[in-house]
Amino acid sequence: MFDVVVVGAGVIGCAIARFLTQYEGRFCVIEKGDDVCCGTSKANSAIVHAGYDAAEGSLKAKYNVLGNAMMAELSEELDFPFQRIGSLVVGTDEKSMPVLEALYERGIKNGVSGMKIVCGDELRKLEPNVSENAVAALYASTAGIVCPFNLTIALAENAAENGAEFRLNTTVKGLEKSENGWIVKTDKGDIETKIVVNAAGVFADNLHNMVSAKKISITARKGEYYLLDKSQGKSVSHTIFQLPTNMGKGILITPTVHGNLLVGPTATDVESKENLSTTALGYEELNKKANLAVNKLNLKETITSFAGLRAHETQEDFIIGFCDDAEGFFDCAGIESPGLASSPAIGKDVAAQVAEKLGLDKKKNYKSTRKGIINPEQLSLEERKDLIKKNPSYGKIICRCESITEGEIIDAATRIIPARNLDAVKRRVRAGMGRCQGGFCSPRVMEILAETQGCKLSSITKKGPGSEIVLRKEAENDQ
Amino acid sequence: MISRDLVIIGGGPAGLAAAVAAYDAGLKDILLIERDYCLGGVLNQCIHAGFGLHTFKEELTGPEYAQRYIDMVLERGIEYKTDCMVISVSPEKIVQITNKDDGIFEVQAKAIILAMGCRERTRGSLNIPGTRPAGVFTAGTAQRLVNIEGYLPGKQVVCLGSGDIGLIMARRMTLEGAKVLCVAEVQEKSPGLKRNIIQCLDDFGIPLLLRHNVINIYGENHITGVDVAEINENFQPIPGTTVHYECDCLLLSTGLIPENELTMGLGAEMDPITKGPVVDEKFMTTVPGVFAAGNVQAVHGLADDVSVHAEIAGRAAAEYIGGGRQ
Ligand SMILES: Cc1cc2nc3c(=O)[nH]c(=O)nc-3n(C[C@H](O)[C@@H](O)[C@H](O)COP(=O)(O)OP(=O)(O)OC[C@H]3O[C@@H](n4cnc5c(N)ncnc54)[C@H](O)[C@@H]3O)c2cc1C
Ligand SMILES: Cc1cc2nc3c(=O)[nH]c(=O)nc-3n(C[C@H](O)[C@H](O)[C@H](O)COP(=O)(O)OP(=O)(O)OC[C@H]3O[C@@H](n4cnc5c(N)ncnc54)[C@H](O)[C@@H]3O)c2cc1C
Repeated sequence: MFDVVVVGAGVIGCAIARFLTQYEGRFCVIEKGDDVCCGTSKANSAIVHAGYDAAEGSLKAKYNVLGNAMMAELSEELDFPFQRIGSLVVGTDEKSMPVLEALYERGIKNGVSGMKIVCGDELRKLEPNVSENAVAALYASTAGIVCPFNLTIALAENAAENGAEFRLNTTVKGLEKSENGWIVKTDKGDIETKIVVNAAGVFADNLHNMVSAKKISITARKGEYYLLDKSQGKSVSHTIFQLPTNMGKGILITPTVHGNLLVGPTATDVESKENLSTTALGYEELNKKANLAVNKLNLKETITSFAGLRAHETQEDFIIGFCDDAEGFFDCAGIESPGLASSPAIGKDVAAQVAEKLGLDKKKNYKSTRKGIINPEQLSLEERKDLIKKNPSYGKIICRCESITEGEIIDAATRIIPARNLDAVKRRVRAGMGRCQGGFCSPRVMEILAETQGCKLSSITKKGPGSEIVLRKEAENDQ
Repeated sequence: MISRDLVIIGGGPAGLAAAVAAYDAGLKDILLIERDYCLGGVLNQCIHAGFGLHTFKEELTGPEYAQRYIDMVLERGIEYKTDCMVISVSPEKIVQITNKDDGIFEVQAKAIILAMGCRERTRGSLNIPGTRPAGVFTAGTAQRLVNIEGYLPGKQVVCLGSGDIGLIMARRMTLEGAKVLCVAEVQEKSPGLKRNIIQCLDDFGIPLLLRHNVINIYGENHITGVDVAEINENFQPIPGTTVHYECDCLLLSTGLIPENELTMGLGAEMDPITKGPVVDEKFMTTVPGVFAAGNVQAVHGLADDVSVHAEIAGRAAAEYIGGGRQ
């Protein structure tokens, strides 16, 4: 019997699990994917927003501002990349000024600090590559960028180190009320728990509607992106948002924590909640809008494109709290943007509410820190040489584009929540995320995975069961 | 710090031929560095015939062709290190290398020949709409999986791009028991060699669809199919021409790009046309004493041409050091 079962190992579920393990109790996270961070948390803009966007008094505003304030310390504790680079909302026509002023006012009401309206030379000094058409911008110094994968994985690993159990490849099919709580019906059997936390992303309405008469409805709103080569990563030094123009809603341009450039997202409602395909229309929109607020983006340097699904709920705000008509069922639904930025605050608050309900005590030997995978590139030459002496696999480079060593990949594949497939390795150490997109290293990474898992190369997948990469090996048949 | 007169980076046909030519021109203090576990470069996976017609006046397979040069290197006792990756090269000609046994170490060279070969263009740079499933490979990756590792990437195959690697892989996959449904090519004319179109496609009844593109990829986890459509002069799909193919593998053979990391890190001026470094008639880059040979300089269609150019670079490097210019 668990105290809490969290459904969904996205950034929200993992943050809740991490903060729950500060308390005494038995906690479990159930995830249908082959890894943590394989839903919306893996495909988004990775911005830690300042918090002026959301309506005053909304949960979005509250958690965003709180989450932003927590992010720097959390990144130290859990060892994931976060950079407070600041953002600019750029207006390109006469009508921009009042809109920027309204955003500023809203930011003040939401409790955002470090904002300023800039124009002319001041704006160009901040961001030399801003478009000639830019008339003014709202600068927010507290905005930042984060690695969404390593944020989520760090939260999950820290939760696991503190005793939370992660059950991957397990789909919740139904929920039954029991005497003391809930029986969670999964494709891998029943799991009993006192409280269920719904952190199922775009599928949170399915889960909620299993137990509540007050239905909610989540629409998947697709956002498509281009990711540009590192050669373009310095095109801008802040996150650049565009105010809406007569061409519609703007897109953003931002450096990523790894030094690439991200351009997007579009916004289109789609029927299927698993529809992550990119489209010709999406590309067209990105091509048209990419250069509205900045000069000279070289879209030819695109190394990949991808899409993510926003969990858009009709009420336009996060739904966070115990469900009125289902005792012991806690909702985190409609967590669209700024969900990533809000995640630390949501995790902390939800854990506190759930712990209070169950009367859980704080854990005495809670370990609040987690070490990430060593990145030899960030070490000094001497440190790097020492590391290779201790562990020669750090001397062998597997991914040539991102200079990822065998040591890092073995670490990723043997951690407390091990990377089991190519995409999982890629999210942890970027092998295959560079300009050749795994063309060179994927056969080598597959070999390492097969070795650590003690299986055949033909069982290694791209992203979980059903995505096996190769069919057979003659030698295997011979044996 | 170790020092050598000449450091050659890359042990493919370019690096090997350059080493031999430099040695024969009188330079003995040479170190050749290769990141793979053996010499030969990409030719090790090119197990088809068609190499050496110019250089040796006979038809060899890729590994046979490479072996001729490897033997020449061995005969001369030229020093080489495999399983070693060069991670940076400085304008002062310090080459930084890493491997498991020695860790990171540096070699001071008087001259350097870059011979790191090329890489393939990927799906990402092509902006093909659709899902991102398993089963999409560049032709060269598939070639390595089939010919070196011994795995089959799929059984129902569509090829995009009719470069020579694509054509050769269409045949290879067919010989391995897969069905190649078609080869789509966006250009009006295939960039592949005429003999490859005949021997790899026509002889096996594989249709070549000129002015066609893959316009959508389907399948959540594993690829289940693609849409192929005819395109107009602006490369836009022509409505009504779309044909859906069910397949479990998409091979991309849409071009090669010089392996530029080290070259750019060095600060050599780049050529927007070849996409490799700017070189003079002796294949010296804009950094004095640093030469570029083979596919790292510009993508060559034929390995035989690579050898010829690399020999020029090898002799030029020997001359450069002999002349005492530094
Ligand atoms: C997949 C593929 C298939 C091809 N098939 C054919 C064919 O059938 N017929 C034909 O005529 N041509 C073919 N080519 C074209 C090419 O011209 C080859 O024939 C020829 O191998 C190029 O020689 P090279 O020495 O320049 O490059 P490569 O053979 O690629 O050799 C470069 C070497 O440098 C090494 N290297 C790279 N970076 C580093 C580093 N940082 N440190 C240490 N070592 C490094 C690599 O491991 C490699 O061994 C093919 C090319 C590719 C990519
Ligand atoms: C285009 C786009 C851009 C965005 N940009 C930003 C941004 O810049 N900044 C920001 O703060 N936010 C941004 N967001 C929002 C942010 O990405 C999300 O709010 C956040 O990732 C949501 O996390 P989650 O854990 O709720 O959902 P998810 O990451 O989707 O996790 C839910 C998990 O539940 C699992 N699951 C679902 N149903 C079941 C079941 N029945 N059984 C078991 N497991 C199940 C899923 O597999 C999934 O892994 C963006 C979103 C999109 C789409």
